[in-house]
Amino acid sequence: MTVAADRLAARDEPLEIAGRQFRSRLILGTGKYKDNETMVEAITASGAEIITVAVRRVDLDRTKEKGVLYHLDQEKWSLLPNTAGCYSAEDAIRYAELGRAAGFTDWIKLEVIGDEDTLLPDVEGLLQAARILVAEGFKVLAYTNEDLITALKLEDVGVSAVMPLASPIGSGLGLLNPFNIRLIKSRLGVPVIVDAGVGTASDACMTMEQGVDGILMNTAIAAAEDPVAMALAMKQATEAGRLAYLAGRMPKREQAVPSSPTTGMLD
Amino acid sequence: MSESNEAMITITINGEERGVPVGLTIGGLLAHLDLHERLVVVERNREIIRREDFGEVGVDAGDAFELVHFVGGG
Repeated sequence: MTVAADRLAARDEPLEIAGRQFRSRLILGTGKYKDNETMVEAITASGAEIITVAVRRVDLDRTKEKGVLYHLDQEKWSLLPNTAGCYSAEDAIRYAELGRAAGFTDWIKLEVIGDEDTLLPDVEGLLQAARILVAEGFKVLAYTNEDLITALKLEDVGVSAVMPLASPIGSGLGLLNPFNIRLIKSRLGVPVIVDAGVGTASDACMTMEQGVDGILMNTAIAAAEDPVAMALAMKQATEAGRLAYLAGRMPKREQAVPSSPTTGMLD
Repeated sequence: MSESNEAMITITINGEERGVPVGLTIGGLLAHLDLHERLVVVERNREIIRREDFGEVGVDAGDAFELVHFVGGG
């Protein structure tokens, strides 16, 4: 059993982004955990190798938490700073540059948000920021709509990964448009990582079954009643969905087809 | 907080005006604020200051600083 499982796992190629290879296809956010101990346990249980962080002002009066890096071993996890909360290309570039200046990575999860209620991306600002950041040498992983044309333009601009949403950030609504996600995956050469909207394990599984390269999630784990258990469920669902995709699903039929022989029945 | 005979200047840090001793470098400013310079990124008047320059670049009256670090986020 273990041998068969290992053989199947070995059949899959590692996830490769910007020339770096990863075994895990799950990328985790570090926001909204009730405490840092739970966060570290959940990230560990998920098997994620890449974790996202946000750039914010230091609290000079020390009334709040220390920076997240006090709790995260950078030997264990690759950091992916984000530009969350930025509503213009100019702001996103500023945050990206601050993130890079921290000295850990030149990767950036680029978000340019267009609307406060939905947190949907501002495609114009996104493309503008992506173009500039790529030219500045950043490895850009771009959060975007599940829109093929934007995805193609992002690839053309030179991003390292395109990250279409399953549904709005923090909504937990799951994969609303599998057709568009498959379409994007079928047309892009760079990795397609579905980012945002996954709510529970079945969402993660279904997302991976579309053939995408990975999933990025945060709230689904952080806001679960038991984040560590959900992190493990997400790990298993991501692996199951990936394996089901590689296995190739049976065709769908409108009519039943018996599984047992129709011959050899008693008179 | 400071010695009465110590000369002070006013600068803006993260949107708030603060008085700090005159003649600090950025490294000195971070130490004054009790911040670990390894984890803090410094932007002075909208320009990022490289960590290796913290000991060289001075703090002048009226400077606007943003001191940022990584926090949890998705």
